[in-house]
Amino acid sequence: MRAPSSELPIEFDRVTVTAGGITILDDVALTLAPGPPTVLIGPNGSGKSTMLRLAMGLLAPSRGRITWGGLQHVPPLKRAIVFQRPAMLRRSAAANLRFALRAAGIPHAEHARRVAELLELVGLHALADRAARRLSGGEQQRLALARALARDPSVLFLDEPTASLDPIATKAVEDIIRTVSERNIKVVMATHDLGEARRLAGEIVMLHRGRIVETGAAASFFDAPQTAEARAFLAGELLI
Amino acid sequence: MPDGPSALQLVLSGDPALFAIVRLSLYVSLSAVALAALIGIPLGAWIALTRFPGRQGFIVLLNALMGLPPVVVGLAVYLALSRSGPLGAFGLLFTPSAMIVAQTVLVAPIIAALTRQTIEDLWLEYRDELTAMNLGPLGRVMALIWDARFSLVTALLAGFGRAAAEVGAIIIVGGNIEGFTRTMTTAIALETSRGDLPLAVGLGLVLISIVIAVNALAWSVRRAGERSAG
Repeated sequence: MRAPSSELPIEFDRVTVTAGGITILDDVALTLAPGPPTVLIGPNGSGKSTMLRLAMGLLAPSRGRITWGGLQHVPPLKRAIVFQRPAMLRRSAAANLRFALRAAGIPHAEHARRVAELLELVGLHALADRAARRLSGGEQQRLALARALARDPSVLFLDEPTASLDPIATKAVEDIIRTVSERNIKVVMATHDLGEARRLAGEIVMLHRGRIVETGAAASFFDAPQTAEARAFLAGELLI
Repeated sequence: MPDGPSALQLVLSGDPALFAIVRLSLYVSLSAVALAALIGIPLGAWIALTRFPGRQGFIVLLNALMGLPPVVVGLAVYLALSRSGPLGAFGLLFTPSAMIVAQTVLVAPIIAALTRQTIEDLWLEYRDELTAMNLGPLGRVMALIWDARFSLVTALLAGFGRAAAEVGAIIIVGGNIEGFTRTMTTAIALETSRGDLPLAVGLGLVLISIVIAVNALAWSVRRAGERSAG
């Protein structure tokens, strides 16, 4: 399949995902367009990670279709993802980035400059030669961000990027996410942390039990949620 | 005890005949491990990353082949290399090359089976990342082999231990010819049956020392590597 000029917008057209008789996503329609960060919120198991994997192209819908820039089955040349628990290659931090640059087909002559830029962006330049798997959780998350940015994506998916981090590490990651978004990289992030959603979101997509219950601009969503589920979630009630 | 030098004297004096035996043993076993690695690592990685009908049965078979009886391998290689066998034209029987072939057959399944397990475990961990990076099949295999390199050293060691210790296969295809195909293990078997126990014990000590030394070296390399690469 030829690549479109841009992989955005990403459109979910009545997408359903079932696995082992269980419906994980149910008839979801959504358009991810350029702009400020889209944040997927909802309780655990609501389908946020599955949405990201579909949008990344790692998972095929059971029914419905997904298009990138109007085309189906587009290889992930201009999109990247940071998983909730990123797998660090058994190499140094810098070598992890060089690996991603090579995978993205970036010419070898540019690697040294790009590695330095990426390490600078995520504040890890002092740890370039450290074994990636010996970095702390927050450092690994920042390295995973840099590695995802290596291919210079037009859209970046983040799955609970701060789920297991302390406040200082969380702030470092969120600052990087803001910088990324300011560089016109579309950020699509899943979180169950409402505070994080408030801090970063331009647009909210709320999921519950595999369905989209509400979407809208972040400001209006937090000020005046339209659905009972959203009001309950915002009020801190346990959505089951 | 028969007359003659003790085991320790033989080892410490650097007896040239003993030295030649040690050298041939190392040459045969290390060559076999190198060849077996060239076959076993790609084969193991391929099985780890490919789904095909009968794969489960193939894995069971491969694991079973780790326990191949050396004498049976020796017999099979003997038949293949004998004058009337399919590979008889090469005239390899009763040469060190025949011994390398036999030990390669013994060691390749060990390296392939351990590689398969290692690469498959690592693939479970890396699958999402490598897929998201749009890496092709060859790129995946190379990345997995490189990142599994310290575990693969253990697989090579297991293969070397098997090759260095076995006597059944090489005594059949090599013939235990003095000065030509006599190795530590075949010499120990012969000298014990002849009653020259000091030489047998001396060779046994050398063999065990070499196996320990190789393992210690590989272990240090692995530790150092893991410290720098995680």
